[in-house]
Amino acid sequence: MRRLAVLLALAAAVLAPAVLYPVLLMKVLCFALFASAFNLLLGYTGLLSFGHAAFFGGAAYVTGYLIREWSWGPLPGVLAGAAAAGLLGWVVGRLAIRRQGIYFAMITLALAQMLYFVCIELPQTGGEDGLQGIPRGTLAGLDLSHDLLLYYLILAVCVLAFALIYRTIHSPFGQVLKAIRENEARAVSLGYDVARYKLLAFVLSATLSGLAGALKVLVFKFATLTDVHWHMSGEVVLMTILGGIGTVAGPIVGSAFIVTLEDQLADKVGSLVTVIMGGIFVLCVLLFRRGIVGEAAAFGQRLLGSRNSPDI
Amino acid sequence: MTELFEVPLLALLGQLLLGLVNGSFYALLSLGLAVIFGMLNIINFAHGAFYMLGAFAAWMLLSTFGVGYFGALVLAPILVGSLGILVERLLLKRLYRLDPLYGLLLTFGLALILEGLFRDWFGVSGETYEVPEALEGAINLGFMVLPKYRVWVVGFSILVCLATWLIIEKTRLGSYLRAATENPQLTQAFGVNVPLMVMMTYGFGVGLAALAGVMAAPIFQVSPLMGSNLIIVVFAVVVIGGMGSILGAIVSGLSLGLVEGLAKVYWPEASATVVFVIMAIVLILRPAGLLGKEQ
Repeated sequence: MRRLAVLLALAAAVLAPAVLYPVLLMKVLCFALFASAFNLLLGYTGLLSFGHAAFFGGAAYVTGYLIREWSWGPLPGVLAGAAAAGLLGWVVGRLAIRRQGIYFAMITLALAQMLYFVCIELPQTGGEDGLQGIPRGTLAGLDLSHDLLLYYLILAVCVLAFALIYRTIHSPFGQVLKAIRENEARAVSLGYDVARYKLLAFVLSATLSGLAGALKVLVFKFATLTDVHWHMSGEVVLMTILGGIGTVAGPIVGSAFIVTLEDQLADKVGSLVTVIMGGIFVLCVLLFRRGIVGEAAAFGQRLLGSRNSPDI
Repeated sequence: MTELFEVPLLALLGQLLLGLVNGSFYALLSLGLAVIFGMLNIINFAHGAFYMLGAFAAWMLLSTFGVGYFGALVLAPILVGSLGILVERLLLKRLYRLDPLYGLLLTFGLALILEGLFRDWFGVSGETYEVPEALEGAINLGFMVLPKYRVWVVGFSILVCLATWLIIEKTRLGSYLRAATENPQLTQAFGVNVPLMVMMTYGFGVGLAALAGVMAAPIFQVSPLMGSNLIIVVFAVVVIGGMGSILGAIVSGLSLGLVEGLAKVYWPEASATVVFVIMAIVLILRPAGLLGKEQ
């Protein structure tokens, strides 16, 4: 059943460029990866980071700079961006896991905002303009300026990353993370080094968020302040909640929904897009906290009368 | 000319005063956040948006109804505070039994809605609000010139902060408030109307943000995004002072404003990040904040 669903989703992703604009699809993939990485932390470890834009946008700047200024190839550029995000995640994580809950959210938010100000000041990041005109380059003789080619490359990378996230959640390590989410004190008393597990989850989440940001640079050929602003951190929270916290498919569904919505609305309502996003946020928090996938799963469960909680 | 580390003393004093002005806004905003957090256990992400609303309320009162600065100083906090009360009654009330993080997320959504609406109505450029006539000009101290309005902002903010602190620490109402913060069920059992106090507390905190907004209107542009980045700095201020500590919020607000002012003189590039660096250092040395209590 689950295998069938995954195969169907894969087939749909492979065939999608036939009907949909590849750049939009690539944007969906990048944000789906970003939200899934974020969900690893919020959904499975119970940590709400409000500063994930730092890893997404930080990696975007590093990748963009290396490719444009030092003429790195796309593959080493993307990998270096993700690694830089992981390193940044280690520093931010070390500080933030000293506090829990609301404090954790505020500290990650503040540290991410610090990076935002650094990006405004540094000469390397191009200030208000950001880095523009970053070439996509070639990979193994293939010219990545073809949208379709880049789409399949990004699809492959994202599928690998989703598989990694799935494996992490279902590994013994993932079980410990869930134990920390459910009851941190008990996890401590069982002898787990909770701080280390949290830090590792944080670094993994930051690295994958960075991978998403680096891939985004290849797609759009620019890295700007929008990528590191706290609105971006809020957006990834929204995608995850809307799709369903703590579900594997939720962040993918949520990001597909939000990215498509933004794309459709952008030229019609102007700055009212923010208002609509805010409205969705409020509705999600007040009415469906389980998100689209979570509600659908609950509905299916009622329909089938099954007692096993579905794992989707 | 007197100099201190190669910076003219007058320029230094001017920047310090400007730092104190910013610090007054930090203090008022973080005080509101701390009061709300103590009572509702919610981080009010919409605080920056309410600050912006306060400034716009002052501007609209003047341009539409001809109500001047001092009228706005009273009316704008009441208007915006009433909106806050509405938000608490209609929305926040439904979240009290859940993880406090949901309160943060809800108010984040509210901030997006408010900022988006005002950006749609007014654009990003903003409106100007003149300094009121009574506070125009400057006081000449002989060695330096103090703009009257800035002195007023610092003085009045400190006065409001101290009054709030006195009400919470020294009056009967304040003792109910502290009791309700400590143990809402027990306080309710003693016949104190806790839900009413929660509602008024949120309204009061939001009103403080609006008050800061009115005072900021003549100094900065009245613009839809004026609270957007400010609120994050205030979050850092609150973490440094210690969550829920009233005195911590006031003291760290004012002193971080000063530190920022100093940074503008000696290392301008770092002035935007200095508060966050201090936050990181405080977290390493004293995770509960300077005046916060360990849980």
